Amino acid sequence: MYKITKKEQLNDVIYSMWIEAPEVASSVQPGQFIILMISEKGERIPLTVADFNRKKGLIRIVFQIVGKTSDELSKLKENDNLFSFIGPLGMATEIEKYGKVITVGGGTGIACIHPITRALKEAGNEVISIIGARNKNLIIMEEELKKASSQLIVTTDDGSYGRKGFVTQVLKELLEEDSEIKKVWTIGPPIMMKVTCDTTKPYHVDTIVSLNSIMVDGTGMCGSCRVTIGGETKFVCSDGPEFDGQLVDWEEFSNRLTRYKGLEENSWNEFKKVEHDCKCGRRTE
Amino acid sequence: MAEMISPKERMKREQVPMSEQCPGERKCNFKEVPLGYSREQAIYEAQRCLQCKNAKCITGCPAEINIPEFIKKVVEEDFAGAYREILNTDALPAITGRVCPQEEQCQKYCVLEKQGKPIAIGRLERFVADWARENNVHGEISKTEKKGKKVGIIGSGPAGLTCAADLAKHGYDVTLFEALHLLGGVLVYGIPEFRLPKSIVKYEVEEIKKLGVKIITDYVVGAIKSVDKLAEEFDALFLANGAGAPRFMNIPGENYNDVYSANEFLTRSNLMKAYSFPVYDTPIKVGKKAATIGAGNVAMDSARTALRLGAEKSYIVYRRSRKEVPARTEEVHHAEEEGIIFNFLTLPIRILGDKNGNVVGMECQRMKLGEPDDSGRCRPIPIENSEFTIEIDMVIDAIGTSANPILARSATGVDVNRWGYFVADDKSGSTTREGIFAGGDIVRGSATVISAVGDGKLAARAIDKYLSLGKSLRK
Repeated sequence: MYKITKKEQLNDVIYSMWIEAPEVASSVQPGQFIILMISEKGERIPLTVADFNRKKGLIRIVFQIVGKTSDELSKLKENDNLFSFIGPLGMATEIEKYGKVITVGGGTGIACIHPITRALKEAGNEVISIIGARNKNLIIMEEELKKASSQLIVTTDDGSYGRKGFVTQVLKELLEEDSEIKKVWTIGPPIMMKVTCDTTKPYHVDTIVSLNSIMVDGTGMCGSCRVTIGGETKFVCSDGPEFDGQLVDWEEFSNRLTRYKGLEENSWNEFKKVEHDCKCGRRTE
Repeated sequence: MAEMISPKERMKREQVPMSEQCPGERKCNFKEVPLGYSREQAIYEAQRCLQCKNAKCITGCPAEINIPEFIKKVVEEDFAGAYREILNTDALPAITGRVCPQEEQCQKYCVLEKQGKPIAIGRLERFVADWARENNVHGEISKTEKKGKKVGIIGSGPAGLTCAADLAKHGYDVTLFEALHLLGGVLVYGIPEFRLPKSIVKYEVEEIKKLGVKIITDYVVGAIKSVDKLAEEFDALFLANGAGAPRFMNIPGENYNDVYSANEFLTRSNLMKAYSFPVYDTPIKVGKKAATIGAGNVAMDSARTALRLGAEKSYIVYRRSRKEVPARTEEVHHAEEEGIIFNFLTLPIRILGDKNGNVVGMECQRMKLGEPDDSGRCRPIPIENSEFTIEIDMVIDAIGTSANPILARSATGVDVNRWGYFVADDKSGSTTREGIFAGGDIVRGSATVISAVGDGKLAARAIDKYLSLGKSLRK
């Protein structure tokens, strides 16, 4: 059993939890992910590690409510236990001294980009992070990112905080005015990652994306997460999750993310109905 | 006690058939297909055994079960004794009694095989194990002196479980590492409930735990700790992580939404119980017309699972002919009874999809058989201009598995062959690094449960020998 030692609600839909998993914490590297199950009947969901504390044996996960499992997870309390928690999975980020680099995070991708940003800075890079969301309320982990990077730029689509506009606009400006930028990492919704890659392409700057495919085991056994990279089939769980963004078949990747859409919606609706019927007083929408 | 009957009478009797759920009913549920022998049936069948002095059946059993002895105890109605006799060498009798291809093993060597009616050894084994479980009869926990030596076993499939049980019985301190959240490996993620109920796997695993085996689930060796690191903590290691990586055909369209590897399809259904969605949270999507590619046991399991999950038509697409089908005859027979449609001499060349990535059909080519190839089977040759399209909306690739590299790349000095499987001696499981042994599918490629059991036994014996000589991986 894996105890939730700390839980925080970061905004309306995003939560943060610290989970007791000493074995995972002892060996995790930036860029890797874990798979958890809430209960024996639960599904296995992959989440990129947002932070870790080796000494205390803790892993931090940050997730957005997007369906039944994340909804149910958000309702667990401190000291509750998760049924299963495996990791560290996937290949670690290639951390080297590149020089000047940029990390771009959107939505819960801000959490995923955090340990990568920190490690890049620790390796002696000058790291500019750009994080963005629709509005001020949706910006998460600003303090952590400020600490982890050399410079932090925040954007909101509606201008309610930081720069008005998309992360990619800021990225384009930076690429335009500074030819010394060696590499870009971007984690967020597929469309954001794709647009980031489109933005960097004319500048020929290596752009790494971290893919969040549907998975079952997460160890290379099932192939649920397969994706076409430069015309070749790769497994996100064991070959990734990070790939050269310019080589990703985004259409196929996005299609495969919708494989269970209808079923997942039904299951979430059932869950909300039960919640409502039981009149436990908890949130139903 | 039932009587011993005269040899003449024994020869006269026919094999007792085992009753089964009728095909029309069972294709709509996940309950076990064969229903097992009754007490009377088991005794009647057991009485047929000739009790050969030089029993050839034993030589056909990788688990080394003293077959005539346990059958004799069935005749004597000493079912507990029969159970313990089997348990002496096979820690998973209710499992092997169900999934072993007995027709190619013990029963093939039965003297009565020549008359086409070998003793139904598998059915008797299953009866004995089920009887013990239902009557709360357990194996004896041996009081062997503790050896004070630690053995780490990676993977809790049939090879790992068998090796763990044998070594624990010999007084070794055994730790079993499993990457998934449940124990059993292919027994829980691969083989469907209707062939091997998961409650039975759980029961036999619990019995092994009682021998004092330490269990660590959710532990991916190679990710948390390397094999090299574990080699510093254990006196010997047995690598039995299975050949878990799925193979694809590498034809266009294979990454469309509704194309599954058999591993994914079966793992969702079996391990994650997607057939009970949304009571269980893991979804599975089955089309109206499912095509399973391949004709091994895994293909039969996949096609039959698709049918049970609601497919109106479930096809097997195989590039060779009926004669070359690698699945057990019994499985093919069950599949046909349930209405699985076989397309022989058919090679898929392209999967067709719509703009959203949904499968709408599969382009295939007709094949003919040529000369035998390296595998001894006739090589399938495409017939020119024979392309045709079948209308389907999902595909399951069941064309085999390959080695998962996560473990191997963390094991210095343990050689793998060109397919990524560990190189291991077939008599002892010794790898190229002293003190590290390997067995099961990660050595053989995709093989059977019983061959993995056999490997687990051989490795346990070799590990015992290695440690008895005072050797150890630990410096």
